[in-house]
Amino acid sequence: MLQAIDLACQRGERLLFRALAFTLGPGECLHVAGENGAGKTSLLRLLAGLLVPAAGRIEWDGRDIRRLHEEFWSTLAYVGHANGVKDELTAVENLRFGNAIAGRPADDAAARAALGLLGLQDHADRPVRALSQGQRRRVALARLAGAAGARLWILDEPFTALDARGIEALRELVAGQLRRGGSVVLTTHQDVPLPGAVRRLELAATATTAA
Amino acid sequence: MDAVIALVRRDLLLAMRQQADLYNTLLFFVVVVSLVPLGVGPEPALLRLIAPGVLWVAALLAAMLSLQRLFAGDHADGTLEQWLLTREPLPLLVLGKIAAHWLTTGAPLTLVAAPLALMFDLERDVALTLILALLLGTPALSLIGAIGAALTLGLRGGGVLLSLLVLPLYVPVLIFGAGAAESVAAGLSPQGHLLLLAAFTLAALVLAPWACAAALRISLE
Repeated sequence: MLQAIDLACQRGERLLFRALAFTLGPGECLHVAGENGAGKTSLLRLLAGLLVPAAGRIEWDGRDIRRLHEEFWSTLAYVGHANGVKDELTAVENLRFGNAIAGRPADDAAARAALGLLGLQDHADRPVRALSQGQRRRVALARLAGAAGARLWILDEPFTALDARGIEALRELVAGQLRRGGSVVLTTHQDVPLPGAVRRLELAATATTAA
Repeated sequence: MDAVIALVRRDLLLAMRQQADLYNTLLFFVVVVSLVPLGVGPEPALLRLIAPGVLWVAALLAAMLSLQRLFAGDHADGTLEQWLLTREPLPLLVLGKIAAHWLTTGAPLTLVAAPLALMFDLERDVALTLILALLLGTPALSLIGAIGAALTLGLRGGGVLLSLLVLPLYVPVLIFGAGAAESVAAGLSPQGHLLLLAAFTLAALVLAPWACAAALRISLE
């Protein structure tokens, strides 16, 4: 269970939001919405533990994530703005090294199966440099297929650059995560019908409401 | 530990696929060392005297040139974020990253230094001591340099700041490294210099990964 308590975020001189509070239980999906610059990415980075909140705290199962460190990250899968894939490596190499560095199982067959889920089975051995934007995004998202053990997924604009089939594949991954009792936090500007129980969090300049 | 090995293997594979970076470092080293005799004149006794210092200064600058790329690539494509958010302790992963950096800069520089020592007509014992000193000292260059690279990550004009931060810390390595070979040339034992050099590298090995990990977390905020 993820809980934000009286959270505030400041970037430079600007206060992005304050007094933000929400609870996200197992099997729930939180859709963070708001205009450009409202602080969606900052909120996601706060929740992932990449940023330190200006005030308040974030708790995972009742404990502050800033004390949990690796214990929290071992149960987190994060796909940020940047894809986190290396241009010089092939899709399957990216996935295997990525999983190995994250301490997850990294065998060849599982990596190929994950790429297959996102429709990349024919591009598994091509260097990522030679892939299109949407295909690179899919390589990044294929990490999620191997992250079934991660109870929390944080996805920053995951639908960007994806075509209809890619969106469908990702929706299925998210639905599977929610069915397993995992939680998902994501941002998107696209009007994608999300599976399961979706809660919406609207970020507006300084005044913040949770529905 | 598997994660660290995977990170080292990934970085070595990347280095194999981008060999230009490796050759850049080595070529810079060879060119700088080769230019010195042209500048100071072809007096063999003088060249023999300054050779250890010249090789060390060139190795130091060559290692520093490659530092800017240490974390920059992983930062730009987002892989750094990914390995910051894992169950593996960050200092260990950083150590893997530094090991890969040494294997692609310090180790080849040490190998190339052997023919360059011959070029300066160094005696066998002096040349061997110089190689040994490079072997002991270049890991410290990668270790200390990584802290600077992590602190200046993502800054505009970080390159200049990086050299200002790192070069003063390189001074002990330079003094003891060059001193080892010079003392053999003077007929003395290099043991003291080599032991101090090894001690410096060991201290860096213990402290640098933690400092570097903390710097990375700050740089990514």
